[in-house]
Amino acid sequence: MTVTQTDTKSDVDAPAPVAKEHLRRLLATGERPAAPSAFASARAFAWRSMLKIKHVPEQLGDILVFPIIMLLMFTYLFGGAIAGGTGEYLQFLLPGIMVMSIVMTTIYTGMSVNIDINKGVSDRFRTLPIWRAAPMVGYLLADMFRYAAAGAIMFGTGLVMGYRPEGGAVGVLLGVGLLLVFCFAFSWVWTWLGLITRSEKTVMSISMSILFPMTFLSNVMVDPSTMPGWLQPVVKNTPISQLVDGVRGLFDGTVDSVSVLTTLIWSGGFVAVFGFLTIRAYNRK
Amino acid sequence: MSQRDLAIRAEGLVKHFKDVKAVDGVDLEVPTGTVYGVLGPNGAGKTTTVRMLATLLRPDAGNATVFGHDLLTDAASVRSQVSLTGQYASLDEDLTGAENLVLLSRLYGYAKPAARERAGDLLEAFGLSAAAGKQVKAYSGGMRRRLDIAASIIVTPKLLFLDEPTTGLDPRSRNQVWDVIRTIVAEGTTVLLTTQYLEEADQLASRIAVIDTGKVIAEGTPGQLKSSVGAGSIRVRLHHADQRAHAQGVLAEALAVEVALDDDPVALTARLAPGQDTAEQGSHVLGELARAGILVDDFSLGQPSLDEVFLSLTDRIDV
Ligand SMILES: Nc1ncnc2c1ncn2[C@@H]1O[C@H](COP(=O)(O)OP(=O)(O)O)[C@@H](O)[C@H]1O
Ligand SMILES: [Mg+2]
Repeated sequence: MTVTQTDTKSDVDAPAPVAKEHLRRLLATGERPAAPSAFASARAFAWRSMLKIKHVPEQLGDILVFPIIMLLMFTYLFGGAIAGGTGEYLQFLLPGIMVMSIVMTTIYTGMSVNIDINKGVSDRFRTLPIWRAAPMVGYLLADMFRYAAAGAIMFGTGLVMGYRPEGGAVGVLLGVGLLLVFCFAFSWVWTWLGLITRSEKTVMSISMSILFPMTFLSNVMVDPSTMPGWLQPVVKNTPISQLVDGVRGLFDGTVDSVSVLTTLIWSGGFVAVFGFLTIRAYNRK
Repeated sequence: MSQRDLAIRAEGLVKHFKDVKAVDGVDLEVPTGTVYGVLGPNGAGKTTTVRMLATLLRPDAGNATVFGHDLLTDAASVRSQVSLTGQYASLDEDLTGAENLVLLSRLYGYAKPAARERAGDLLEAFGLSAAAGKQVKAYSGGMRRRLDIAASIIVTPKLLFLDEPTTGLDPRSRNQVWDVIRTIVAEGTTVLLTTQYLEEADQLASRIAVIDTGKVIAEGTPGQLKSSVGAGSIRVRLHHADQRAHAQGVLAEALAVEVALDDDPVALTARLAPGQDTAEQGSHVLGELARAGILVDDFSLGQPSLDEVFLSLTDRIDV
């Protein structure tokens, strides 16, 4: 009698066999650390995003190069026509274009959430006994780092081009801080969109069609008082215009506390409404 | 069975996607401390059922308790007792194997040094130390599976869902996964395993629910299921072709079934009757052949295939 055994081609890089005894010991420890705090779990997700930047550094390229292109392009293209000189226009434009290009990169957050949610890994996150918002907050924390980096690069480029902030270092830091607070809050719109749409392309096209009018119909590039009368009240009161007023005021040292306050109220509103919608969509997924 | 001994009690679970009835009224009672097999073909509703039980999908109707915790009103308690290894690897492809395990260990509450230690230990136990620093996207199917299971036992769960853990694996990797599952159950974790292979359920599970088009069509021990099908077979290849007629007589008498002659002039096959246990009849027949002085070159036992189980189960429903 012959015992037939199927011969299988062995994998070239076949892993070592499972060490059953070792495994048994690991299972038997029965260790159950206390669940992490909300902040600790969000921080772990932020660490994950930073690791992804380390492994896929290309993704940082877009976010850092795009703002510089925007700054150079608008300064030299429109400077002469709008302000009669690039130097003067840069002084007006830099805070606004910084807001515009960094707010535009917030849509990456929605796209990452969408890509994640369609992969198996989010099933694992969703079965963990952790704060439900932690994965999203983790993303946003890592994004704060990207935005700060983009802000610093734009500011550096602006300095080289001749930009001089009247508000000094404190004004600039406060201005960038206000921008980051707004971006953190505003991104919840995209995390929600990322959870309820089918593909990242949909996220991209929907968010673009919201952001383009929203950022152009603003005081980023031109003073709204040059616009037709009926348009002025609309443009002056969008959250982007309020934010630009606040950041510009802080950079210029002529801060207008109303626009700063309005921006903070808008931010609170975005977190409350879209944070709620995001968590609800996440739980129902 | 008392409520206390049940890891899962599901009643009337329903989930529809548009007009597809993915799960159409599933009841399950999974005893603690065992492997429970959910057996069914592609599209039967296995993944949807598991995702509902793991709190990932909200049932349209019905409910379940996991160790007495209600799926709908106490999802957080359910989550603290279960872990899931999904059908498609639940890992971050961009991160390395070690980074995946450290991240998840931290999310389970380990402080950073302890998380590193736990991750290192698990990688070693699963034979993945050499690949620890590689991105998961470079892992083979078998390695992914192992890492995925390792991630599921960072904190030993009371209940582990394994959704088709061996589909697509080569036989060696599959055997390794089987060994891992046996070890996990031996340490007291209840396992709910879905599979398309009767053999796998037979090897590992102490009870099996067969599901098809969203419904449980049979439930019982592997022995009960197979004997209800009885389509197992015994195939014998003889040393001398001229002993075939004699062998046919011996087999027919020992098994009380018809014995067919194969195209191969030295081979013959007996299809067992419902209720006959393949393994038991196998040794019985081998003894009878030896006693009759018939020389055997090759002897094989065929388990009923999932196809046969289905055919027979659906037949019985139609009758
Ligand atoms: N998210 C979904 N949307 C639409 N249909 C789905 C979805 N998930 C599963 N289905 C359908 O439900 C049925 C059961 O699927 P599934 O639970 O994945 O089966 P199995 O895991 O047994 O292969 C299939 O017909 C499948 O196409
Ligand atoms: Mg499936």
